[in-house]
Amino acid sequence: MDQDLLAFIQRVERADTIDALFDRVKEVRALFQVNHAIYHSIQWHGETFALATYSAEWHEYYGGNQMYLIDPVVINAFKKFNPYNWKSLDWDTRKGRKLLQDAIEMGVGNQGLSFPIRGPNGELALFSISHSADDDTWQKFIETHSADLMLIGHYFHEAARRLVLSRDLGDPVALSPREVETLTLLGLGLSRANIAQNLQISEHTLRGYIESSRIKLCANNTTHAVTSAMARGLISI
Amino acid sequence: MLTYLFADQLINKPKLYNSMFQDRAWQFQERLKWDVDVDDTGFERDEYDDMNPLYAIWQKPDGTHGGSMRAMPTSGRCMVNEHFANITGRKISDPKIWESTRFCLSPDLGEQAGRISAALMLAGCEIGLGFNLDRAVGVFDPRMVRIYRRLGWPPEILGATGKGRDKIFVGLWDFSQTVRHALALNAGVSPQVSTLWFDRAFGGVKTIAA
Repeated sequence: MDQDLLAFIQRVERADTIDALFDRVKEVRALFQVNHAIYHSIQWHGETFALATYSAEWHEYYGGNQMYLIDPVVINAFKKFNPYNWKSLDWDTRKGRKLLQDAIEMGVGNQGLSFPIRGPNGELALFSISHSADDDTWQKFIETHSADLMLIGHYFHEAARRLVLSRDLGDPVALSPREVETLTLLGLGLSRANIAQNLQISEHTLRGYIESSRIKLCANNTTHAVTSAMARGLISI
Repeated sequence: MLTYLFADQLINKPKLYNSMFQDRAWQFQERLKWDVDVDDTGFERDEYDDMNPLYAIWQKPDGTHGGSMRAMPTSGRCMVNEHFANITGRKISDPKIWESTRFCLSPDLGEQAGRISAALMLAGCEIGLGFNLDRAVGVFDPRMVRIYRRLGWPPEILGATGKGRDKIFVGLWDFSQTVRHALALNAGVSPQVSTLWFDRAFGGVKTIAA
């Protein structure tokens, strides 16, 4: 488990206002060394908003000209749910070529990567990053970071849902001492084999503790369980 | 060949579209006697087909449907959470777990049936590896348990409900290059060609080397 990623996801989960969430979106730039990041909720029972690091100039140009109506990146997000490289989209129209050209001139970058998000109530959202790089460098970037960025997009969406819908964390959860130890050591980045050795239990038993704490915390996976336990103050790292 | 199409792309291929929904009606209603809806045109479609899912389809040389399955992310609306959460005891909602449903074969495949089943599973594996997913989740009947095992990609069974022929399982699959190669072998498709088919559908975003 990558420590920086885990710490970042935890900070996303702790964001208590839309502004705080916007700050996390801004941090994506430094974390992945890219020009820009944007979380965009598209279809949410009227609740549409974008948290974007683009320049004011670009915002004005893009919004003023209603570019979202012709932007292949946005249009594609309505239809697909697989991650996509902006280069794989169809830009070969007069408006498309102009949009791409203007994006490069106004610092958005010549490359981009998007992660469409489908929510449990059928809502749509999109998490994207953009950058200036040649095709080979960008392909390498995608191969290295795509998995982490997909996860981050999901947590942005979860946080946005929570903030917009004002949901709380749900019922209080009590973890057993063994579950607390297990999640703490996972959070510290130890391997399962290492943790089992540390606690003098078998890996099989360890898996049981991970599963039981994950179920108690209603977490989707181990990373989620660790961050959720941290957010609830059940463990500290 | 394998083709990967979202519903809004499939609709532009009427031959493939029509034959797929007809084959689904034959398999799920006539053969398996599932409680599915078949419309006036003889198509078996459900509400999830209207949510622009992704289909992995084996297309026969004449352009008609040889077999298919439907993929959707579990973070959004999907069958496993809306219809089968009682089997797993909880919802599975994870951007890295996609569900696979409506695994279907054309009725006239003859000896090709095994090979095309393997090809469809290969497509599932390509989707998982290509989009950096962790698992696939699926709902299946006892007959499929044997088929999955024979083709070299048995799921980890999460739970079951019902009895005998009506028993239904929910299971998880892991993705790996080992599985990809084993399925390619059983499908009679070279891994390189499989990669080519996947790239043709999804363009740039790729992480597997052939």
